Amino acid sequence: METLPNITHKILEAAKKVGYRSHEGVAGTFFQIDHKVVASKINEMFKGKLEVLDTRDAIKKYRWVSKLLWKFVDKDKDTFTRSVYSAEKSNWENVAGYFIRILPNSEVTFPIQSCIVLAKQDSTQRVHNIIVAEKGSRANIITGCTIHPDITSGQHLGISEFLIKENASLNFTMIHNWASNTDVKPRSAAIIEENGRFVSNYICTSPVKDLQMHPKITCKGKNSSTRISSIIYAQKGSRIDIGSGVELFGENSSAEIISRTIAKENSQVMVKGSIHGKGKNSRGYLECKGILLDDTSFIHAIPELIGSRSDIDLSHEAAVGKINEDAIIYLMTRGLNEEEARSLLISGFLDVDILGLPENLATEIKQYIKKTAKAY
Amino acid sequence: MSTKESSLPILKVENLSIEIGKKKLLENVSFEIPKGRSCALFGPNGSGKTSLLMTLAGVPKYKLTGGRILFDGKDITNLSIEERIKLGLGIAFQQPPEITGVKLRDIVKICCGKKLNEPLSANILETVKRFNLLEFLDRDINKDFSGGEKKRAEVLQLILMRPKLMLLDEPDSGVDLESLKFLSKEIENYLTKANASALIVTHHGDILEYIKVDSAFILMNGRIYCHAEPQKILKDIKERGYSACRLCRHPCI
Repeated sequence: METLPNITHKILEAAKKVGYRSHEGVAGTFFQIDHKVVASKINEMFKGKLEVLDTRDAIKKYRWVSKLLWKFVDKDKDTFTRSVYSAEKSNWENVAGYFIRILPNSEVTFPIQSCIVLAKQDSTQRVHNIIVAEKGSRANIITGCTIHPDITSGQHLGISEFLIKENASLNFTMIHNWASNTDVKPRSAAIIEENGRFVSNYICTSPVKDLQMHPKITCKGKNSSTRISSIIYAQKGSRIDIGSGVELFGENSSAEIISRTIAKENSQVMVKGSIHGKGKNSRGYLECKGILLDDTSFIHAIPELIGSRSDIDLSHEAAVGKINEDAIIYLMTRGLNEEEARSLLISGFLDVDILGLPENLATEIKQYIKKTAKAY
Repeated sequence: MSTKESSLPILKVENLSIEIGKKKLLENVSFEIPKGRSCALFGPNGSGKTSLLMTLAGVPKYKLTGGRILFDGKDITNLSIEERIKLGLGIAFQQPPEITGVKLRDIVKICCGKKLNEPLSANILETVKRFNLLEFLDRDINKDFSGGEKKRAEVLQLILMRPKLMLLDEPDSGVDLESLKFLSKEIENYLTKANASALIVTHHGDILEYIKVDSAFILMNGRIYCHAEPQKILKDIKERGYSACRLCRHPCI
C-alpha cells in the first residue's frame, strides 16, 4: 500500500479497519488526522468527474460552498453543533473536513474513500463535511472514522451535509470504530432533489462510550428516494442513541429505514426511526430489529410513522428479543454446534445485503463485520 | 463390518417416553428399523409424530422420562444434536424456519461440510440445479419459499449430508404431484445407493408409491397401536379410521 506522509503504521492499521485501502483502487482519497488533512486527491482517471478537497480549500475555491455550510444542519441545534460553528468562526481553527463533489452526469465507478482519525488523547475533533452529487451523477463513498489505537478517550463531533441533485444517485457508507471511552456526536442532513436517490449506510460494531446520531433526510423532489440502513453491534457498556428521520415532500417520494441492532455486555441502545409522509403518493417502510444477547443490556426501538394525507402509504416492522431458538436447532441439525449456529445467526442478522452495496464493497464490509462482531 | 454389526438395526427405540413441561407426548414407544430398510409412520394430527422425530434428532426441549435410543448399536439417548448428526442421523423438517441473513448457499455448504468462504463444487451445483434451486441459493433460507420449494430445499440438504438414517417429517405434504415424484425418486435413489434407511412421516402415503418401505406403524396419543405393512395400514385407516386402530392392536416390536 502506498505511504501517505504523516501516517504512521499504527494509524494506517487503524484506518484499514474502517475500510481504508490503497489509492490505486479508489477514485479519490481524503485522509484527516485530528484537524490536519494529510491527503485530499483524486485518481487521474476521474479528473473532470470528481473533486475531493479539504473543506477549507473548497470554500476558497467556490463561493457557493460557504452558502452550503449549515444550510441543512441547524448550527444552533445543540452544544455540539455550536461548538463546530464556533470553531469555524475562529478562522477554522480546530475544525476540518472534506468536500466531495461529483460533477454533473459523471459516473464514478470506483469508490471514493475518506478516513478521519482521532489521534490526540482526550481531545475534541471537529469535522464539517460537504458532499454534493451534481445532476445526473453516480458515486459510492466509503468513509471511516476511527481512533488511534494508543488513545483511549476523546470526542468526535462530525457535521455532514449532503445535496443530491436531480437524477443523481449517491451511496454513502460510514464505518465507525471507536474506543470504549469515546464520545461521538455526528450530525447530518441530506436534501434529495427530483429523481435523486440517496443510500446511506452506517456500521458500528466496536464499543463506544456514547454515540448519538439522528440524520435528517428530506426527499424534496418528485420521485426522490432514500434508503437508510444501520448495523449496530453494541458491546462492553456502549451507549448508543441512533435514528433517522425522513420527510417525504416530493410526489411519489419514498423512504426505507432499516436497522439491525445487537446488544450485549451492559449496553444500552435507543433505535429511533421516523418517516413523515407529506407528499402525494409518498411511501415509506421502517424496519427496526434488535437482538439482546444477555440480560444486562437494553434495546429501545421507537418506530414512528406520520401521515399528513390520505394517499400516502407508510408501514413498519419492529421486533426486539432473543436469537430465534428454532433457528439455532435447525442449524445444529445441519451439523453446526450451538456456538457456531449462534454466530452464524448473528452474522446473518447483521446482513450486509441490507445495505444495497455493489458486490465487491459488500464482500469487504461483510468481512469487516465478521471480524469485529466475531461472527461466523 | 462384522456380521454382528451388520445385523444390528440402524435404529432401535426402547420404551421411549417423553414430555414437554408436564405434558406427556410419547409413552413407552418401542420399534426398530433394520439397516438399509425404511419405515413409515402414520397417525392423526397431534399424535406425537413430529415429537418422536425431534426426540430422535436430540432436540433438547423434549424431555426424556424413560427408555433409550440406540443408533447403529450405539446408545445416543444422552447425546447432543451435533453428536447425533455426526453419527449419521439427518432430519428434514415439516415446517423449517425462515432465517434472515442465512442463505440457502450457506446451508448447502454446511451440509457438505464446507466452510462458508469455500466455493461450491460443480458437482454440488449440478445437484442444486437438479433440484431446481439454483436461483434460490442467494436467498434467505425458506424466506418466501413456497411449500414445495421448502420441501425441495429440505430434501436437498439431507441428501447432501449423506446420513445413514433419514428422518423425514411429511416430505409429501403441500407438494404437487410432479415435485412429489421427483423428491421421492431422489430419496429412493439415495437410500438405495447409500444402503441408508428412512423413517417417513406421511398422512396420505403418496410417497410410498415411489419409496420402498418395508413396514409402518401408527402413532396415536403418543403410543404405538399398530405395526404392519404400510399398504395394509393405509387401507385400514382409510376404511375404518384411526379410532378403529385402537381396537386392532397389531403386535408391535
